[in-house]
This record gives sequence, structure tokens and C-alpha cells, in this order.
Amino acid sequence: MSGPSHSLRSPLGRARGLGSAKEGLHHWWMQRLTSLALIPLAMWFVVSLIGLRQSDWEQYTLWISNPINATVMILFLGVTFHHAQSGMQVVLEDYVSSHGTRIASIVAVKFICYALAALSIVSVLIVAFGV
Amino acid sequence: MTHAAKSPARPLSPHLQVYRLPLAAWLSISHRAAGIGLTLGTLLLTWWLAAAAYGPDAYALFSDFISSALGLLILFGFSVALFFHLCNGIRHLLWDAGKNFSIETTKRTNIYVIAGTVVLTAIAWLIAYL
Repeated sequence: MSGPSHSLRSPLGRARGLGSAKEGLHHWWMQRLTSLALIPLAMWFVVSLIGLRQSDWEQYTLWISNPINATVMILFLGVTFHHAQSGMQVVLEDYVSSHGTRIASIVAVKFICYALAALSIVSVLIVAFGV
Repeated sequence: MTHAAKSPARPLSPHLQVYRLPLAAWLSISHRAAGIGLTLGTLLLTWWLAAAAYGPDAYALFSDFISSALGLLILFGFSVALFFHLCNGIRHLLWDAGKNFSIETTKRTNIYVIAGTVVLTAIAWLIAYL
């Protein structure tokens, strides 16, 4: 109908870059932000796992009671689960062709990811606080 | 002009069944596969942390599983997926920043990603078991 030079979008709308979904590049940006954060966090996680490989419950409890370890672990968990649900959303959007199944699977994956995030973070806090 | 009289029989479009995927395409689909695998792996991560919250017995149960042959195999797969997703993810971030797009550079970074995955996996397991 209208050529590329006759956009109905206002200059302000274009500057905000939010598009018809009113989200703009928030999802894309969060994926990149969480990726960046996960570079050091994932390396820390691997090093920690190597350090904990022979640990029993007492040694793990002592380790996670350290405020720095508990803090970084909780950051790692929060960012990991956010990254996982946003990555899985893109995969499901690309490969599940039926609209209903696609929406249902995305919602299910998000709910499961946030449930696992809550459970794992609460578990860290319980042990760290020695409850 | 010595134009070839007849061209070899080629598919009209690159279809997955007849098109030989370039290495970069294999790494691209592997990035998603690794991401799905790592997401599944968070179940194991949550089991570990929750077991610790439930107490020594639950923690010992998890320890027994993860140090079994099956547990170690899963852990090894998890480490390969993690290091690959990490290395290839860094390449994706550089692509997002508008760098390294040429075919020659991509062929080189393909090798960096694979080498990085192998080296990091080897280092992690050597430190853990030497």
C-alpha cells in the first residue's frame, strides 16, 4: 500500500523502537545482557564445582555459608534461569508451528524455569542461613 | 567464452536432506541443542541445591547418583555443552557487536570455538581428577 518512505509511524515511535508488540528489543537485549553476565558466572560455577567434587554435606554447608559464595551462587542461578527461559522461548517460537502448542509450551517452560529458580535460591538461603 | 555446456544436476534450493551444511551451520544448530541440554541440566543443579537444604541424607543420595557412571557421563556431557555454549556464545556476542562477519574470519572462529571447547573441557576434568 504505502512505500517504504511513507511510514505511518511517528518520529517519536521510531526513536523509541518499540514496534507493534510494544516491547522493542527488550527480549533480545536481556538475552545479550544475561549472556555477558554468565561468562564470569559460569566460569566461577565450574571452578566451584571442581573445588566441591569430593565434598560431603558438611563441607558444602561450610562453603555455601560464606556470604560471597552464597551471593555469587544466587546471582548465577537467577541469571541462568532467566537466560534459559528466554533462550528456550526463541527455540520454541522457531520450531513449534502450531500456535496453541507454541504458546502453551513457552508458558510451561517459563513457569518451570521460575519455579526451579525459586527452589534453588531458597535452598541456597536455607543452607547458608543454617535454618 | 567457454561456458560449460551442461551444469551438474543440482537441487534448486538448499534443502536440508541434500545440502551439505557448512561447519558454521552445524555449530549454530549445536548452540541451540547445547542450550536445550543445559536447560535440562538445571534440573540436576536444582536437585543438588535442594538436596543440601533437605539435609545430609538427601545430599548423600545426590552424591551417590552424580558419582555413579551414569552421573559422571551426564556431568561430562553437561560440561561439554557448557563450554561449547560459552565459547560459541562469546562469538555470537562479537557478531552482535558487528564484528567477525567475513567468511574467512568465520571459518577461523569455527576452529577457535571447537578448540576452546575441547581445551576447556580437558582442563576442567584434568584438574578435577589429577
